[in-house]
Amino acid sequence: MRRAWTIVRKDWAEIFKNRFVIFTVAFLPLLLTAIPLVILYITGSESELNGLKPDDLPPNLSRICEGLEGVACSQYFLVSQFLLLFMLMPLAIPITIASYSIIGEKTRRTLEPVLATPITTVELLAGKAAAAVIPAVLVTWLAFGVFLVGSALLAVGPRVFARLTDPLWLTAVLVVGPLLALAAVSVAVMVSSRSSDPRVAEQLSMLVILPLLALFFGQISGLVLLNQQLILWMALALGLIDAGLVTFAVQLFERETILTRWK
Amino acid sequence: MIRIEGLSKRFGQTVAVEDLWLEVAPGELFGFLGPNGAGKTTTIRMLTGLISPSSGQAWVAGHQLGADDTELRRRVGILTEAPGLYDTLSAERNLAFFAELYGVIEIEAQVERYLRLLGLWNRRSEPTATYSRGMRQKLAIARALLHEPQVLFLDEPTTGLDPEAARLVRDFIEGLKNEGRTIFICTHNLDEADRLCDRVGVFNTRLLALDSPGALRRQIFGRTVVFHLTELLPVYQETVAAFPFVKSVEAVDSKLVVRLSDPESENPALITALVAAGAQLQFVGELRRSLEDVYLRLLSQADPGTSRPEEAKP
Repeated sequence: MRRAWTIVRKDWAEIFKNRFVIFTVAFLPLLLTAIPLVILYITGSESELNGLKPDDLPPNLSRICEGLEGVACSQYFLVSQFLLLFMLMPLAIPITIASYSIIGEKTRRTLEPVLATPITTVELLAGKAAAAVIPAVLVTWLAFGVFLVGSALLAVGPRVFARLTDPLWLTAVLVVGPLLALAAVSVAVMVSSRSSDPRVAEQLSMLVILPLLALFFGQISGLVLLNQQLILWMALALGLIDAGLVTFAVQLFERETILTRWK
Repeated sequence: MIRIEGLSKRFGQTVAVEDLWLEVAPGELFGFLGPNGAGKTTTIRMLTGLISPSSGQAWVAGHQLGADDTELRRRVGILTEAPGLYDTLSAERNLAFFAELYGVIEIEAQVERYLRLLGLWNRRSEPTATYSRGMRQKLAIARALLHEPQVLFLDEPTTGLDPEAARLVRDFIEGLKNEGRTIFICTHNLDEADRLCDRVGVFNTRLLALDSPGALRRQIFGRTVVFHLTELLPVYQETVAAFPFVKSVEAVDSKLVVRLSDPESENPALITALVAAGAQLQFVGELRRSLEDVYLRLLSQADPGTSRPEEAKP
């Protein structure tokens, strides 16, 4: 796997010179961290929400606020809607990086010399995946850390902070996030391998975000309640899906097809 | 060093390479000539383990295609059609990256060696985006050599280069040949092939001809001698035509263009006869057909529908 690490270092040296990639990697986490913090700040000082009780919410939403009342309830209710976005980061960021590192290699015609070296397909894809997944996961974790520090400073009480750092969200960010990132990169590799147009490949890869958006809107509408059990099921399912996707991505990455079909 | 037995490649219904048989000896510089779309790049890709043949087999540097292509790629170097450099990275970083992938042990030393050899050392830290086309091509050649391959495949090494850069690359290739490397070169530049290659293969989906440039010239056109006269009279042409060894004689302006089998032994008799007939000879020279003439003749023979530009005139 020494060659995989060589690919990672080269990719990082290359892609982090690209302003668009830097913007995507930096801006999205900044934005998605700032939004829940601003909400925490506003709800902490909003007197109209101080008297909010779980009973005031529609029944399917009141379950989120269980055990919290007043400002704590309103803060947690609103912020929990946005915490899912911390799972969006490891999906969106690696697709942008993968687009540059995999599809970009072909458009700039740099892939053929790489494929002409003794590198194996597994080494190449492992390097490409790691180059995209590692920054995405680290940035997500960093953003979540900033969010936790900010929430500790802005949240009204330890009960809200405790809810924000309960195993539900820690599992979501620390376990589900990397699994989602790996899934996103695997899909990007698969689509890139089979698409004849890199732009189409990039756009199709972005479709992997849709299930997460469905979860996001499901929670906002109260149709889905994100709890510890659901997160654990998600982690388990994603683990299995990732194993399948990675295997499939390696099988689909046919050197010949990539060299001869992409124009 | 390269042995190809009935290699073919089809993409769906399209035949890219058809039943190619070829051997390239160790240390030989072999030129693979053919028009765009002839299947030259496909052949190189097969021989470097990048794509697999539809049928047939080949051995490169002792390794059979398809048996262990990873090991095969370790033993060959390839200059791809496009330089394929990482524009934002420096020349040094580009080479170091590939040296690592090839498993080169002394990476720094090897990178420095080739950067110096190709005159790029002083600009080693600059992004390759700032490089001229010639410099990029040289860097790509250096990349193909980092792991000291036994066999080197060069796909259009001088295409798009200005004459000075092309000459530098050509001289470098000649130097590689002198080091004893086996070089398989695809080129459109027939003059280059003529000067560099020990043997050439004219290829258009299938191999049309295979020999040294000189032998191909003789095979296709025979040997032609031009007698330059001060004045051309009909009797001179008749005098020459009377010799049984003369294959053909043609009058062009004040010259006699004579096809012979062995000018070294046949010329003296012709010169004596012409002088005896009263001809005043200015000079005698052999008409050297270019490899381009050979190439165009072979292609037009293979595909008679193809229009053929006028060949060299004396």
